[in-house]
Amino acid sequence: MAAAPAAPIGLASVAADALVALGDWTAFSLRAVRGVFSRNLLVAEFVRLCLTVGLGSVGVIAITGAFIGMVLAVQSYGQLHQIGLETSLGGLIHMSVVRELGPVLAAIMLAGRVGSAMAAELGTMRVTEQLDALACLGVDPVRHLVAPRFLACVLMIPLLTILADIMGLAGSTFVCLRIYGIDPHHYWEHTRAFVGMWDVFVGLTKSVLFGGVIALVACHRGFHGEAGAQGVGRAATQAFVVSFIAILAMDFVFGLVANSVHDMIWPPNGARPA
Amino acid sequence: MTTPLLELKDVAVRFGTQEVLRGVSLAIEPGQTVAFIGESGCGKTCLLKLIVGLLKPTEGDVLFEGKSLRAMGERDLTAMRLRVGFLFQGAALFDSLTVFDNVAFGLKAKGGLAAAAIRERVTERLREVGLPEGVEAKMPGELSGGMKKRVGLARALALDPAVMLYDEPTTGLDPVMTDVINGLILQTRAKRPVTSVIVTHEMRTVRDVADRVVMFHPLARLEPDEPQVVFDGSPAALAAAPDPRVRQFVEGRAVRTE
Repeated sequence: MAAAPAAPIGLASVAADALVALGDWTAFSLRAVRGVFSRNLLVAEFVRLCLTVGLGSVGVIAITGAFIGMVLAVQSYGQLHQIGLETSLGGLIHMSVVRELGPVLAAIMLAGRVGSAMAAELGTMRVTEQLDALACLGVDPVRHLVAPRFLACVLMIPLLTILADIMGLAGSTFVCLRIYGIDPHHYWEHTRAFVGMWDVFVGLTKSVLFGGVIALVACHRGFHGEAGAQGVGRAATQAFVVSFIAILAMDFVFGLVANSVHDMIWPPNGARPA
Repeated sequence: MTTPLLELKDVAVRFGTQEVLRGVSLAIEPGQTVAFIGESGCGKTCLLKLIVGLLKPTEGDVLFEGKSLRAMGERDLTAMRLRVGFLFQGAALFDSLTVFDNVAFGLKAKGGLAAAAIRERVTERLREVGLPEGVEAKMPGELSGGMKKRVGLARALALDPAVMLYDEPTTGLDPVMTDVINGLILQTRAKRPVTSVIVTHEMRTVRDVADRVVMFHPLARLEPDEPQVVFDGSPAALAAAPDPRVRQFVEGRAVRTE
């Protein structure tokens, strides 16, 4: 009987811990974002980070984007071909790539490639007391280290998303037109009818949000990791897992919000802007 | 009565359920060289981090020149830290920067100095800690443990601190390098009016450089009402201390149960 209330208390303490962690992360993030506007932002460090985040991810994102486009084409062709609608593949695939798969895949690749590396780098700096040394030399480690990483991710991820989109379109177009021999005229006509500037805008806007969250989650994990080599490893893993879940959850919420905004601006019975 | 430069008032530190410091009160006068000794895990490094505000006490207060660190805003805290030099245990050099940029870091961040003046100051500090010319361009990864400590000391001294905190400055070094670092601590003190706090296990460092010794005992092996500071006095008095815990540490004996 005595053990009965343990479960709700345990649950409450887990919820309380989660709230404290969220509050801590929010305060950390606000401090980092404020650092972006500080005149002490290091330009050379920022450029180096942009190259690591952006240029360093080009290969992996181009390959992932192209394969996703091709896989989607192969998967959807069989079903649409049976009902004679294969020419709508263009609209269908391009819409999914531009609105969903491009931004989400670019973000997941960035979280895996850049986010965990950031957490490990900052975690190592914490373990070797370099973060403390920064503070002792009169420099706020959050502003000095997190602000340029946040900015680099936020600025680079839309470009990487555009790359993922283009490679996805190229991959699906190659499979549809070259392998399945779909009529190019109808294929592109459907794309034009389905995919508009609004979809590109929604895709890129959410990619910016994803980029910011990836950088802030990764840096926060690095700053608050546990001691030792194991702690650094755990921080890197946590950075990826937490950002991965955050990306999917935000994608869902953002999708709902974007649809409501779209319906507010262009009511469903009205004409859809191209 | 003058205000002490550094003061800890009934400080307690807890990490979750682990209690590291309890009821510690200490005052350090300007110009003193104090050694904190005690077994590993008795909270010595914690004390250094409390002094410079890297760690906030769970209870009690830390004062710098009579001003509470709790009452300090971010700007005051930064200004205070710029007056304190910290030599970290592993030197904590920024491994993406050269030796020169490491030593120049604080000067550049503080601003107000021309590039030529910064270069001059860095060269001077590196010479002061006995590093050969040409070391400026090296990366920390290329340096030995002793050289890293020297660069760390040069970096801490670059801003002409009023207080120097040394976290186990000679741990992991060979006996000759230990003597070199002890010599540097003495030389640093001789050259400028600096107050020093040294956390160490090395009795030789205590005898050579300290004019006051404070010994702490791990809380896990104390009764709830026993004070954590088991000795506070001169190095000469330390050798004659009657407390068996102090004598055991000074003589470096382990307690053996038959």
